[in-house]
Amino acid sequence: MTIFSRKLTVTLPLFTMLAATPVLAATDTDFKAAYAAADAANKEAGALRNQWTVTATALTNAKKAADAGDFDKAVAAAKEAEALAKASVFQAKSEKEAWKAEVIH
Amino acid sequence: MRTAIQIILTALALVTVASGAPAHAADSVDPVADANAFQKYFTAKFPKLKLSDFVNGPYSMNEDMHRQWVEKEEFPPYDFALDAGKEMFEKPFKNGKSYADCFANGGIGVRQNYPYFDEKEGKVVTLELALNRCREANGEAPFSYVKDDMASLTAYMAFTSRGKPFDIKIPNDPRALAAFENGKEYFYTRRGQLNFSCASCHVQNPGQRIRAEILAPALGILNAMPIYRSEWGGMGTISRRFVTCNTQTRGVPLEPQSDEYRDLEYYLSYVSNGLPISGPGARP
Repeated sequence: MTIFSRKLTVTLPLFTMLAATPVLAATDTDFKAAYAAADAANKEAGALRNQWTVTATALTNAKKAADAGDFDKAVAAAKEAEALAKASVFQAKSEKEAWKAEVIH
Repeated sequence: MRTAIQIILTALALVTVASGAPAHAADSVDPVADANAFQKYFTAKFPKLKLSDFVNGPYSMNEDMHRQWVEKEEFPPYDFALDAGKEMFEKPFKNGKSYADCFANGGIGVRQNYPYFDEKEGKVVTLELALNRCREANGEAPFSYVKDDMASLTAYMAFTSRGKPFDIKIPNDPRALAAFENGKEYFYTRRGQLNFSCASCHVQNPGQRIRAEILAPALGILNAMPIYRSEWGGMGTISRRFVTCNTQTRGVPLEPQSDEYRDLEYYLSYVSNGLPISGPGARP
């Protein structure tokens, strides 16, 4: 048995096992955790007076999907909201100094 | 969506890197120097324009549009608001008093002095805010800052000041200087998912098109307020203008007459000192 074929022998069953494992659907608990993280990030942006409208839209979409029982979609929307909120926080913090570079001298 | 977010984060990171450069002027508060530099920037950028022409916004940037403006002014779309504003201004409150009792010179020809810094309150007071305070002090409900009644009232008051140069004062009070500086910071700060500051459009790109619109220069931009906007199909106050600008960058707007917006109006008005009031105005 060559080294290559030995590797294949070990790896193939692993892939087969993974492929056979069903992808777990998101649950209400997953949604609540994702939504709480997004909401916290958006509140931080609010404290910095720099929320984005698209974050609010993503949060609304997350809630709507959860209400409809589609937790996969709800979690995805909540994660999108969290990423947007974090970007707005990053923007607000970096602009604390960056605005000065745009001033007319 | 993830790609879009990554692009935005990358852009923000680049801006942060760029901001590493020293910015001396922003580190000390000197309103006179700021106003001089501001006016010099625009007059150098548009050497053919007279200083007073800047109050006509996009109509001063383009020959065709200027011709449209001249024709529009024959039957201006803000006329109805002007008539309504005059009537409202002259109608006494239920207690018999009127707006004239709240303002110097009976409220006639005073627009150019707003906003001012109230040293008692320690904050900027705009004309819109002063009008609502007048109403409340006389037992009347305040108007919405973004709707027609407030636009009509300020249209009439601006009309009585037409031609008078903006004369915004910054008293020798550290809080007034801080308000001016806060307004300046707000003006130059990028916000919203589109990562735009007020200056991105109105300093860096006046005269350029953004979609179908020609961007107005920041110099003199408030002299024409309130305005009838064809895009809105109605009149709009300064509050409405700020709220709309923020929303257009996909930022959640602040509440009208928040400290930030009041300071922004203070800054923008001060740097346009000397330019004539031209409000009410009309814009595409």
